[in-house]
Amino acid sequence: MSEVKFSKEHEWITLEGDVATIGITKHATEMLGDIVFAELPEKGSNVEKDGTAGVVESTKAASDVYTPVSGEVLDTNQAIVDDPSKINEDPEGSAWFFKLKMKDQSEMDSLMNKEEYDKFAKESAS
Amino acid sequence: MEIKKTSLNKLHQSNNAKFVEFAGYEMPIQYSKGIIEEHKFTRSHSGIFDVSHMGQLFIYGDESLTEELEKIFPLDLKNLKQNCSKYSFLMNEDAGIYDDLIITKIEEGYLIILNAACKDKDFEILSNLLGSKFKMNLDNNRSLIAIQGPKSVEILNSIINGVDQLNFMTGNWFDSDNQKLFVTRSGYTGEDGFEISISNDKAEIFVENLIKKGAQLIGLGARDTLRLEAGLCLYGHELDLNKTPVEANLRWAISKSRLSNGGFIGSKKIMNQMQNGASQIRVGIKPEGRLIAREKTKIFDDTDKQIGEITSGTFGPSVNGPIAMGYVNKKFSKVDTKILLEVRGKKHPANVCALPFYKKNYVKGVN
Repeated sequence: MSEVKFSKEHEWITLEGDVATIGITKHATEMLGDIVFAELPEKGSNVEKDGTAGVVESTKAASDVYTPVSGEVLDTNQAIVDDPSKINEDPEGSAWFFKLKMKDQSEMDSLMNKEEYDKFAKESAS
Repeated sequence: MEIKKTSLNKLHQSNNAKFVEFAGYEMPIQYSKGIIEEHKFTRSHSGIFDVSHMGQLFIYGDESLTEELEKIFPLDLKNLKQNCSKYSFLMNEDAGIYDDLIITKIEEGYLIILNAACKDKDFEILSNLLGSKFKMNLDNNRSLIAIQGPKSVEILNSIINGVDQLNFMTGNWFDSDNQKLFVTRSGYTGEDGFEISISNDKAEIFVENLIKKGAQLIGLGARDTLRLEAGLCLYGHELDLNKTPVEANLRWAISKSRLSNGGFIGSKKIMNQMQNGASQIRVGIKPEGRLIAREKTKIFDDTDKQIGEITSGTFGPSVNGPIAMGYVNKKFSKVDTKILLEVRGKKHPANVCALPFYKKNYVKGVN
């Protein structure tokens, strides 16, 4: 598996072959608070880099989930739809959001590595 | 304008509060445990709420003050016993609501608790209506602390002996730590609890003592989910100048004895609506599934006609599902009426339901 990359919209992404797994970061869940609703893209649909690909809602507000890369949705994580609190519990592990078949792997290049993202998250939080 | 801080601001900070600006005040939206845990802790134990941003208006006077206030509020104040509280509204001539409030008859006159965002305007309106005949004090030297939840009576009584003898919607002065506190058995969470008016310089120590006894600080986020589960209105959401108490389904708060002769501000409109009904009415709404419908969500019937709008909507932690309140055309206001909510461009099914979503645990009578 590739190293984890991060987007400015606080998504994480890993790549295995041409299949990307995408979720939201721990930092994002801390900003959102208790997540009580998740909506994911439809399997088989195509999503575009930086386009919306779902919604999460906390007790406070709704937030769009963006996809950091383009591709076809191969699978979605029904477990987080059934129990959205799992997203707060394990955001960068079992609570992934969706898997994509990537069209253009060079889209990964513009994303941040962990060190860069941690710095970005720290700066954007203050 | 500089943001205002309550006397508990430092205590909030040391308890890792996340702050928001609310009605010009820096207020805690939540602490480190988060809204859901804070909500559940209040329902099972005892939550402390800093509501010092709310207005504490003391108006001093005798029977002539009661007479003047009856010209303003739809209440039978002549028969209100000392130390008893009533929920009411400040209205305009069209029965539009300037503010909702709690008024308590005290020995010296009345104490009125006002919403933070409305208190200065309320003071101006009441000053104009009452003239200079009565001394009025919107007291900034006092903090207001609410303690809510089943363990609150035991915890508060261990600090202020005798509060356990208060009935719901009554209050009294108590002596504690060489000062006078005004305590009412009331609140806005659907739980048994109290509100304590205390001088600013004693508030922090008082709250620290409550924490030592096992109560925990709760932010405005959980206060909102708690009041919504209890089916209680929030000014600026369910209530504003474009809504009347009848439309808000708050007829119970209008004293029956005042309806025959009127004589309070807005009485014509109120009496008309009481007889002929209102065209829109506040209802409880339960979306099907887990979808949350927020404030301003449009409500439709099955012919695509808009029939209303959501005024508050969130996830109810004790109900364990989405809940909302809103206004619908009267013919759609019956419990179990099927409605549609437009969220992110799609229409989702929901049902009109009875309020509250969560059953109250108020103590009706201890003596």
